[in-house]
Amino acid sequence: MMSFIFGKLTLSAFEQSPTILAAVSFMGLVGLVVIILLTKHKRWGWLWREWLTTLDHKKIGMMYLVIALIMFFRGGVEALLMRGQQSISVGASTGFLSANHFDQLFSSHGVDMIFFVAMPLIFALFNLIIPLQIGSRDVAFPFLNAMSFWFFAAGAMVFNMSLILGHFAATGWVAYPPLSELAYSPGVGVDYWIWALQLAGVGTLLAGINFLVTIIKMRCPGMTLMKMPLFIWTALATNVMVVFAFPILTATLGLLFLDRFFGMHFFTAGFGGNAMMYVNLFWSWGHPEVYILIMPIFGIFSEVVATFSKKRLFGYASMVYATAAITLLSFTVWLHHFFTMGGGADLNAFFGIATMLIAVPTGVKIFNWIFTMYQGRVRFTLPMYWFFGFIATFTLGGVAGVMMAIPGIDYELHNSLFLVAHFHTMLIGGVMFGLFSGLYYWFPKYTGFKLSEAVGKWSFWCWLIGFFLAFGPLYILGFMGATRRLYHYSASTGWQPLFIVAGIGSLIIAAGFILQIAQMFISYRDRKKNIDLTGGDPWDARTLEWSIPSPVPEYNFAIIPEVHDRDPFWDAKQKGVMATAGRAYEDISVPKNTSIPILMGGLAFVFGFAIVWHIIWLVVAALLGGVTLLAWRLSSVDTERVIPASEVERMDSELRQKIAA
Amino acid sequence: MKDDKTVFGFWIFLMSDAIIFGALFATYAILHGNTFGGPGGKVLFDMPFAFAETIILLASTFTVGLAVMAVNSAKVKKALAWFAVTFVLGATFVTLEIGEFSRFIASGNGPQRSGFLSSYFALVGMHGLHVTLGLLWMVFIMIQVSRRGINKFNLSNLNSLGLFWHFLDIIWIFIFTIVYLMGAIGI
Repeated sequence: MMSFIFGKLTLSAFEQSPTILAAVSFMGLVGLVVIILLTKHKRWGWLWREWLTTLDHKKIGMMYLVIALIMFFRGGVEALLMRGQQSISVGASTGFLSANHFDQLFSSHGVDMIFFVAMPLIFALFNLIIPLQIGSRDVAFPFLNAMSFWFFAAGAMVFNMSLILGHFAATGWVAYPPLSELAYSPGVGVDYWIWALQLAGVGTLLAGINFLVTIIKMRCPGMTLMKMPLFIWTALATNVMVVFAFPILTATLGLLFLDRFFGMHFFTAGFGGNAMMYVNLFWSWGHPEVYILIMPIFGIFSEVVATFSKKRLFGYASMVYATAAITLLSFTVWLHHFFTMGGGADLNAFFGIATMLIAVPTGVKIFNWIFTMYQGRVRFTLPMYWFFGFIATFTLGGVAGVMMAIPGIDYELHNSLFLVAHFHTMLIGGVMFGLFSGLYYWFPKYTGFKLSEAVGKWSFWCWLIGFFLAFGPLYILGFMGATRRLYHYSASTGWQPLFIVAGIGSLIIAAGFILQIAQMFISYRDRKKNIDLTGGDPWDARTLEWSIPSPVPEYNFAIIPEVHDRDPFWDAKQKGVMATAGRAYEDISVPKNTSIPILMGGLAFVFGFAIVWHIIWLVVAALLGGVTLLAWRLSSVDTERVIPASEVERMDSELRQKIAA
Repeated sequence: MKDDKTVFGFWIFLMSDAIIFGALFATYAILHGNTFGGPGGKVLFDMPFAFAETIILLASTFTVGLAVMAVNSAKVKKALAWFAVTFVLGATFVTLEIGEFSRFIASGNGPQRSGFLSSYFALVGMHGLHVTLGLLWMVFIMIQVSRRGINKFNLSNLNSLGLFWHFLDIIWIFIFTIVYLMGAIGI
């Protein structure tokens, strides 16, 4: 009876190591403070009406940001713990972590940083920027957009539950079988991994479909494909990759679940299973995923560099073709993650050459950005600082990648710290630097004030110096034979000094992160001083999002613009004619708030939790609840609210008067 | 304009669903020889039975086509009638499939028997699950149409259901060819 009610869940699931207990207590404390503050200021109704039930793409984008920030904190603490452990766990000392806890840490750090930090930051920017840049009032499917967000949030919460109840996977973030099979990982860790990724993945897939349709179908009049801002091109490519790659992840996780839950034999060691099948499927998703992360960054820098050089982007068409080429090639290189599979020289040669080919379109982009700056009026603002940091770091990491594309070298470096250093160079020096650049660039659009440049530059230098201190040694250690995921090593290796340098580097990065948080508070405090006096165009920028007031009104564009140029706002400023000139206001319908998406997310969380612990009745209940909610939504007809033209005109002229004053 | 977006979005969804089936077909292609001493497709598959399933599903895709045509010319009763026929055919298909699965399991050849049977049950079962979900969707939409008629809110829904059903039929044709026909001649 007990096992019917609680499945595999027993009181022993609450037993945690002191470090995890500290983390959970800290989370609990923060949660408590938030609850007290909300109650004290009577903000619950506001939170529910303005945020949790919203279908406004801008607010959904900001909620993605909030979750990403929280999860970034978690992933960062995990990184510091691992760096600390590796700095002292040598010879007679075994450090301060148990081996199993260390294994969980490197698994959850990878999952956290990729799925719950980088992905939500990218989808935050998609939500915040895509509709504005294409001159649209909304995404194609606002309801689906909220569903995507709440599914993603449910995945993140299932992932965090593993801190409180039970444990996380100790398999690495890739969870290769047979290790991840029931026979070798009998606990709930891998199940947490499967369902956290499955829920977040479904959210991402739905969002991918949504933005693909948005970009194809909702561009304003005059914006042909070759007039789209490059960020939109890269977003389009990213979402094409999402739509084609994420289903593979869904299927693969499903099969691993069938193996573990029903005792089937897809990837098991016996009964005719094939573990390499998993590795192939996983990276068929995993490699496009790498480009899903980096592609939007290429778009961000194309906007940032053009704006701050006061020049049209150099080689626009070649940028578009490079983007398309990378999108295609991203699906043809997955085997380079496991040259050591032993597929033979011909196979490895094919995938090695395909991998090196990607360097060509990527190089095209690097040169185009440099040529954009050439003879431009470069302004050394914070977004540009991150660009300079990026171009040095990313090129270095890219060269290391081309090295490892040579199968012979890869046999030597496979699973070594050299590899770890390489992909962190791409993910920190590439993805994170790019996201920071984009966030600083677009921040005034949503708040009406700029972030403090002085503190921002301090944090930039901490990140850049910290990064090279933390990952430079790992390149060297990789050559010295240090493998990744080391819990302990012998003193005779002579590795410890380098590990200590890496540890110091990670502390400097942490200081950079703290400075960024401080920067937000300081900028908010001094917001009057940093206020954007232009009312919408603080950088003298080029694309449509800067032509509307900041913060952006609910309907985005009071009048839908018509564009004639690749840089429509710049063009309009040069000619002195606004794209909306001479056109009348019209009624605007906006989606009404609904509580269905957040309820759906709640049920998804319950479903994920219940299936991890094999609580079957709760799984069935959550599924039935989901079907009911869906039927409810499909039967509702009254889902939109109309803002009359006169009201739009009144709000718009008020905003413009405020700016003029 | 709105319907335009919805149907286009649904096409994209179908493409992503096709990738899921693609992954399962690839898994089947890799594992179909791994019988681990158990029976292979040549022994297990009952060809006349699979052929009957195919004919029934093909007939249902024809009737759903007629139903969607009736929807688009706003003939509510006719549409409901053809959806009802489609539902009966689809339900028959699912029943037959469940029957086949339970025969396999009863003879000790369930999905846990070998890598081959795992991949068979996953691929064919995934298709069956899709058909079942399609049937639930059909019931829901038939209730809605019989109560409120065809309106701008459910029109794109009806068209999407039609697309979904045809999509499942195309997937089945691949299953029939790759799993059953090629299995029967032992490729």
